[in-house]
Formats: sequence, structure tokens, C-alpha cells
Amino acid sequence: MSTATLEPRVHAPRNYLNADYGWKSWLFTLDHKRIALLYLVSITFFFIVGGSFAVLMRIQLVDPQGAIVQPETYNKLFTLHGVVMIFFFLIPSIPAVLGNFLVPLMVGARDLAFPKLNLLSWYIYIVGGLFTLYSTIAGGVDTGWTFYTPYSSTYSNTQVTAVAVGVFITGFSSILTGLNFIVTIHKMRAPGLTWFRMPLFLWAMYATSIIMVLGTPVLAITIFLLALEHLFHVGIFSPALGGDPLLFQHLFWFYSHPAVYIMILPAMGVVSEIIACFSRKRIFGYKIVAFSSVAIAVLGFLVWGHHMFVTGQSVYAGIIFSLLSFLVAIPSAIKVFNWTATLYKGSISFDAPMLYAMGFIGLFTMGGLTGLFLASLATDVHLNGTYFVVAHFHYIMVGGAVMGYLGGIHFWWPKISGRKYPNGWAALAAAIIFIGFNLTFFPQFVLGYLGMPRRYAFYPAEFQVLNVMSSAGATVLGVGYLIPLIYLFWSMRYGPIAEPNPWGATGLEWQTPSPPPTENFSKIPVVTEEAYAYAEQEAGHE
Amino acid sequence: MSDAEAHLPEHHSGLAHQFEDLEQQQESDFLGIWLFLVTEIMFFGGLFAAYAIYRFFYFAAFEGGSHILDARLGAANTAVLLGSSLTMALSVRSAQTGNRRALVVFLIATLILGGAFLGVKAYEYNQKFVEHVVPGLDWAPEGEVLARLAPGGVQHAELYFIFYFAMTGLHAIHMVIGMGLLIWLAIRGRKGDFTPHYFAPVEVVGLYWHFVDIVWIFLFPLLYLIGGRY
Ligand code: HEM
Ligand SMILES: [Cu+2]
Repeated sequence: MSTATLEPRVHAPRNYLNADYGWKSWLFTLDHKRIALLYLVSITFFFIVGGSFAVLMRIQLVDPQGAIVQPETYNKLFTLHGVVMIFFFLIPSIPAVLGNFLVPLMVGARDLAFPKLNLLSWYIYIVGGLFTLYSTIAGGVDTGWTFYTPYSSTYSNTQVTAVAVGVFITGFSSILTGLNFIVTIHKMRAPGLTWFRMPLFLWAMYATSIIMVLGTPVLAITIFLLALEHLFHVGIFSPALGGDPLLFQHLFWFYSHPAVYIMILPAMGVVSEIIACFSRKRIFGYKIVAFSSVAIAVLGFLVWGHHMFVTGQSVYAGIIFSLLSFLVAIPSAIKVFNWTATLYKGSISFDAPMLYAMGFIGLFTMGGLTGLFLASLATDVHLNGTYFVVAHFHYIMVGGAVMGYLGGIHFWWPKISGRKYPNGWAALAAAIIFIGFNLTFFPQFVLGYLGMPRRYAFYPAEFQVLNVMSSAGATVLGVGYLIPLIYLFWSMRYGPIAEPNPWGATGLEWQTPSPPPTENFSKIPVVTEEAYAYAEQEAGHE
Repeated sequence: MSDAEAHLPEHHSGLAHQFEDLEQQQESDFLGIWLFLVTEIMFFGGLFAAYAIYRFFYFAAFEGGSHILDARLGAANTAVLLGSSLTMALSVRSAQTGNRRALVVFLIATLILGGAFLGVKAYEYNQKFVEHVVPGLDWAPEGEVLARLAPGGVQHAELYFIFYFAMTGLHAIHMVIGMGLLIWLAIRGRKGDFTPHYFAPVEVVGLYWHFVDIVWIFLFPLLYLIGGRY
């Protein structure tokens, strides 16, 4: 191994980062780890784009009259914010970055089953993203991320087709990712790695992939029909022609409710890994946690009607959907209980990843419980269409999924980059994000309860105090997100070199150097014990 | 290296680096294509669901629209596609037995049958323009056509034709992609890329081709045979 460099501390054996140089070695790479980094850069870009829209919205809402933009522009802001954050950041976030990086490492394989499809998925994602960016520049969209007809059909006057096509295209990248993960997990596990020895992150990826594979095509066909309606001026969803606008909502939510689990299940997987590692214990009720991921994936397909309680959906359908929504909360709650039980009597240490994981548990619980308010027919009549809904899903998607994503990035960063980041700064950022998040979104629960509707560019003056609180919180949150961006960048060059297993974690990914070599393992590992054998590990050390 | 690789006769050119042996690769390929077909079922499923709802709402209009189509052409095309499924199955068989010539011949036969199907479809599409029953582009049914559509409501018949074009159009796009894949297989087959040990691409494309056929098996009665006609 060549180590000839001026700085003695840069002792760099061959790894996936220095195996090859130049832009071609990145843009044409088939290495899952490099593709993960391509995704990391691209989704970070979209996170910043989506975040900028949010900043503008929060500035607007400081003033009851609307501080900066006209209502038409405001409509575009919240639409693009939602579209970019959901389809171009959150859905690909953990699967396409951490999943791509970790699934082959965790199963003990040299790559995913279909590396070319994997690269293709990134290109598809980029093309979809370009469509969306183009449409933003060419005039934006104002339908809300849900593209409800007739806003998106009869009455649309914006770039609906371009954005819809962008989302349509990106959907295929998520299908390919899901397909790749399922095949890899089924067929490429290392000798000895039985299903019930798999880390829970893999179970979460498996469940997520099922949703991606089953749900996304339905979104695709929905958008296809919408685009037909648009391009040919026919009325598939238009009542004037006998079409049914509610059909659009049914089809849309058939995908988009499961899609919320595409966003949260991976974060749950990350949290399981972190909690086990930093409390030095096997996850309490491993099998139940594993199955609850699959249960969520399956039940998640049966509850879409809870987004349509106050539409023309039949009351009986509403009752069933309400009941099923309560059922889906059970596996979610099981996970929370099991994480808590894992902490019990664990030797807990509070490194940065753990702080994010703890933040996740608290915020996800809030989000999930408020989901039950919305899943109850009577309370939803009051809360539907208000800021309560906005707060609910931000607690889950930002408080939960983004926290999980950041926790995962911090947990595996030494593996990904081969460098360590300053733990103090990371802990500080986690705290700032937690505080900023609550300051931003808790007031929105109150606002919604008091009846402030979502998606308006102005509001009655009595709501100003809570809105200003929320905007102030958003500022804090923004700072919180900026800090990791800086020190993670910094660490890539100046961070201390990471050893193969800096956290003393179990799992195959920690048994190979940091960063891993291109072929992941010099020799395919053989697995002889369960996941999270922390007790055995301690015993071995003594 | 692993012992799985040790007992392979030689490092096979068809083996990708991420797999330990050809068997693992083949199993992965097959699971991959089946999963892909599942996504296709969900994809067409959304469309079929929408079709079912509107057909339930506006049965008479759908019946009227269906009677504009020529069921004989649809039936002929069904036969053509079933024939192509047979030749496709024979291609896979030839690949498995290592019969290079038969493989190429059957692939080309499949290709020709697929082309025949698309030819008939193109003729039918053209007819729709002649009859002015193309929603959005040329919707002005008149005379006898109008008389047939009128009982169910001309406007609702337009919905029928939207579904007719959306469903058969998507199906046709799948056919075109399938034919591209067949050409690729034929070229590789001629070069002798496929052996009894390594034929997964032929089988994978075969499964795709059969799937596209099956979609048509559903489309034919759903679109052409609504209501008691004969
Ligand atoms: C614990 C189980 C959950 C239940 C019972 C639940 C329930 C609900 C209900 C009933 C609504 C509709 C509210 C309305 O429009 O009036 C809703 C909205 C929403 N939920 Fe949840 N939810 C749960 C978990 C989640 C998760 C895990 C996520 C995301 C990761 C999520 C994201 C959303 C989103 C994005 C919306 C709003 C969509 C929109 O109208 O823009 N929910 N939830
Ligand atoms: Cu939902």
C-alpha cells in the first residue's frame, strides 16, 4: 500500500474515495458508495433550495398583512417548498444516501445487486430535478404539493405539467432504488447473515423498498392521467366532462400516505442502530421491531382515506379509514416503547448521533400522537386544513425524519469520509436544531387549534405573536442546519482520521476500514452472531 | 476468493463483479424482473381502477364507445400477440439448450409478430382520426358514429376514448421498448453471448414480453367487448 505523502498523518490506503480521481470517475461510477455521495450532494442542494422557499414563507408571515410577497407568489412558495422537500429531499434522503452506502456493507456484499440501475436512478433523479427547477424559473406552480384537481387542471395557470413530469420522472429513481435494495437483501446476504440477524436498519430499508416499489407506480399513473388532462385539454378529473376530482385524491393519497412511511421508516431504522450502539444493548424486542416495520408498510397502504374525511367520501369509508389509521399507530408506538426499553439500564453515552436519536423519539412521538387527533373523524373536521396539520407532519417529517437523517449522517460520517467531526459542535448543533424546531412548529399546533388555516398569505392580527415565534424559531433552526454543513465539510480535510470502528459498534460495516475499499471487504465476511451483540462484545473485552 | 468461485470452470464473462457466482446472479436477475413486473402491475393497476370506476358510472357510454372499435381487429391482434408469446418462450428454450440459430430465428419471429401488432394498432388509431373520436385532438363524432355514441352521452363517451388511448397507448409504448430489447438480444445471441449457463437476459426479457401480452389479454375484452354485441 502506498503511503507516500508529505504529511505523515495522511496514511491513506486504497479506499473508495482515493481509488480514482476526476469528474468522470464520479459521474460514471458504479460503486454504491460513490453513488451515495452523488445523492448526498444533490439532496443537500435541494434541501437548500426547499429551505430557501421556507425562509421566504416565514418572513412573509411575520406580518399579518404579508410582509414581502403577493398571495400568488406565496402560493408558489409553499407549493415548491413541499414538492422539493418531499420528492427531492426527504424521500431520497436516507434510502438513497445512507441506504445506498450501507445496504451492501451491512449485508456483507461487494455492491448492490444492480449497480448500473443504481447509477441510472441517480441520473433519473437529476433529470426530474432539472424539470422541477426549470418550472420554478419558468413561473412556478401554485397547486400545493398535492396537485389537487381542479387547481392543477381546469384552473391552473402555472407550470403544472413541467413539475408533474419532474415528479413523475423522479418516482422511477425511487422505484429502482427500492427494487435494488429488495433484491440485494434477499439474494446477497453474507454467509450466516440470516433474516433475524440483520440489523434493523436493513429491515427498515426492506420495508421502505416495498412501499417504493408498490406505491410509486400509482403516483406515476396518477400524474400521467393529470398530464393527459393538461396536454390534451380533456377532463379525466373534471366534473364538467363527467370526470371525478375525488378520484385524483384517492389515487394521489394511495401513494402519498404510504410515501410518508417512505420518509419515516428509514429514520426509524437509523434510530434503532444508534440507540443500540449508544446504550450498548441489543434492541429490546428485536423481532417485534423488525416486524413492525413491515406491518407499517402494509397497513400504510390501507389508510389513505384519512386525508379525505371532509371531502365527499362516504361516511362509512371514513369510519373504516379512521379505524385503520389508529391501527397503524400501533406498530409506530411499539417502536417507541422498544427504544425506550432498550435505554433502560443501558450504559448510555450522549455523543452527537445519540442526541439526534433522542430528539427523534420525542418529536416523532408528538407527531404520531397528533396524527391520532387528525385520524379521529370528529376532531379532524375542526383541524383539517389548519396549521395543526402542518405542525403534525412537520413534527414527523422534520422532527422525525430529518433528525433521523442527521443522526445517521453523524453516526456513519467517520465511515463515509474516514474523518471525525468535532463532537462539541455536533452536540451544540443538535441542541440548536431541537430548540429551533420546537419554537418553529409548536406554535403552529396552537395556531391550528385556534383555527388559523394553512396556505394563506396573510392572517388575522390576533395570530401574530404565535407566527412571529414560529418565524423566530425558523431562524434558529436554519442556523442549526448550517453548523453541521460547515463542520462536516471542514472535517473532510481537517478532521482527525477515523479508525474503522470509532463507536465500538457491531455490524459488518464497522469491520472494514474507514473509508471502505471499493470492493468493501477484502474477504466476504461470515456472520456468526445476532445483530447488536453488545453484551457479548463487552464480555469479550473483559 | 470464496470457494464458490473456485469450482466454476473459469471466470465467466457474464458474471458481474458484485456476485459470487452465476447462480446468485441469475437468481437476483429473476427476482429483479419479477419485482419490476410488480411495479408494472401497480402502474397499470391505477389505470385499470380508474377505468373500472368510470365504466361503472357511465356504462352505456362505454358500451357505445366500445362498439366503434372493430372487435375483429382486436381479436386478430390478440392472436398475433399470443403467437409472439409462443415464439418468445421458444427463444428462451433455445437459449437454455444453447441452440444459437434457433434463438435468433425465434427472436426475430417475435419481433415480426410484435411489429404486426403495432401495424394493426396504427391502422386502428388512424381510423379513430377518420371517425373524429380522438379526445383533445380531433373530437367531433358525426353521422353513424355519433348515433352510436349518443345513447350513452357523447361527453361521457369521450372519457371512454381517453381510456382507450391511454391504455392501448401505454401498452404500445411497452411493446416498442420490448422490441428494442429483442433486437439487442438478437444481436447478442448472434455473437454467441448466451450459453446454457448464462441466459438470464433472454429469460428476463421474455418475462417482460409475456407481461406485456397479458396486459393486452385484459385490455382486449375491457375495451373491445363491452356489452352484448354479437
Ligand atoms: C402515527 C400515525 C399517523 C397518523 C394516525 C396520521 C394521521 C394523519 C391524518 C389523519 C392526516 C390528515 C389530516 C388532514 O388533512 O386533516 C395526516 C396528514 C399528514 N400526515 Fe400524518 N399521520 C401519521 C403519521 C405520519 C407520518 C409518519 C408522516 C410522515 C413521515 C405523516 C405525514 C403527514 C402529512 C405530510 C400530512 C399532510 C398532507 C397534506 O395535506 O399536505 N403522518 N396525518
Ligand atoms: Cu396519511
